[in-house]
Amino acid sequence: MSPIEAAVVWLNDPLNWTNPGGILDRLGEHLSMSAAAVALGCLVAWPIGLWLGHTGRGGGLVVLVANLTLAVPTLALLTILPLTFLGFGRPAVVVALAVFAVPPLLANAYTGVRQADPEARDAARGMGFSGWQLLRRVELPLAVPYLAAGFRTGAVQVVATAALASFVNGGGLGQIIRAGFGLDIAVGGGQILAGGLLVAGLAVLVELLLALVERLVTPRPLRTGRRRASRRAADAVAGA
Amino acid sequence: MSFRLSYRADPGNPWFSWQYVRDNSDTILAALRDHTSLTARAVLVAVLVALPLAVAAYWFRPLAGPILAVTGILYTVPSLALFAFLAPYLGIGAVTVLSVVALYALLVIVRNALAGLTQVPPEVREAAEGMGYGRWGRLFRIELPLALPGILTGLRLATVSTVALVTVGVVVGRGGLGQLIFGGFQNNFYKAQIMTGTLLCVLLALVLDLLLAGVGRLLTPWLRRRSPT
Repeated sequence: MSPIEAAVVWLNDPLNWTNPGGILDRLGEHLSMSAAAVALGCLVAWPIGLWLGHTGRGGGLVVLVANLTLAVPTLALLTILPLTFLGFGRPAVVVALAVFAVPPLLANAYTGVRQADPEARDAARGMGFSGWQLLRRVELPLAVPYLAAGFRTGAVQVVATAALASFVNGGGLGQIIRAGFGLDIAVGGGQILAGGLLVAGLAVLVELLLALVERLVTPRPLRTGRRRASRRAADAVAGA
Repeated sequence: MSFRLSYRADPGNPWFSWQYVRDNSDTILAALRDHTSLTARAVLVAVLVALPLAVAAYWFRPLAGPILAVTGILYTVPSLALFAFLAPYLGIGAVTVLSVVALYALLVIVRNALAGLTQVPPEVREAAEGMGYGRWGRLFRIELPLALPGILTGLRLATVSTVALVTVGVVVGRGGLGQLIFGGFQNNFYKAQIMTGTLLCVLLALVLDLLLAGVGRLLTPWLRRRSPT
């Protein structure tokens, strides 16, 4: 039996879905820890990014954070954090995942505020807006497309990385793949492939869903040139 | 009492220990060598495939859309899933790790190289054409050199993320330094081993990044005059 046939057989077994530790359980774990990590990342990255963008300082810091997290292996964070005060279990995994959501969120929040039309900013100042009002009523609405783009990138990254939580028994869909590797590859090949399909399918699904959300929250006049804008934000992450 | 205090002050599981590094230098160096060679081979393969792809997308514009779309979708596929797709066919070992890691590096390099190529000013291209350069001559003498900054950015990004990604190779038993990190975790959560592996990983990424940045400076002397960075 080829691995693909074995994968189909494995996916067709209803017990593999409903058993304790089956696909549905793992999917729930995967989604809940991803959601927690993204929420934590937003809570940390957005205020900082918006503030840095508002004051126009700290562009170097944003690039530094992005480059640093690129160089740190996910596996290292996942294994180190449980040994700190966070302890084993969910909190450590969520924090580790949130760390990888921060760079896109931060960079896009920063770029989003920075790219706000200087004329709009001047006009608002001329109307007597204070700094806080300027941020809340002019820069923040103009930055929404960027925030949405950052949210999408960060969330997809977290959902993808959450598969690695299985290395430290953190649960999630990756656990299915790991269990398959735990068997012999000739026996577990189907399960490995099935797990891979589930993980990849979820990531692509989240990506498509959030792309739709991104389009919906972007006001129509801001839609044109959005592609160019998001590429510029990506360049900011890349340090180009 | 003093005995207990000294016992507490000297925990059995420190975050870093020279003793560990000395006693296990063979294992550590072997892991580092494996990691470096896996990274180098993966990036090399990625460059060799990515540059022709980028040039193809640059020459035949209708190809650019599909190439970027495919690379974009592949990039959202989690690394562990990619391992899961390839392992049943390529088996357990270095080939699987190399393929997965090279695939990710490929995507980064293609995108940046294409961005660099499309940034070549049309006037320059027309001038080259007017001077009698053919398609290949223009590519090698004009367009690729002008796209070098973009290509090098992609190369550096790809290298740094490859160093981090190779660690996931533990799932098929060839993770280089990841083997050290994961081994430490399984081995009663031995912090010194985990930390040594992590530090070496970050250090390796940093060294390779600086190396490539240095090569880039040597290859693009005309950029140094314009901006002092």
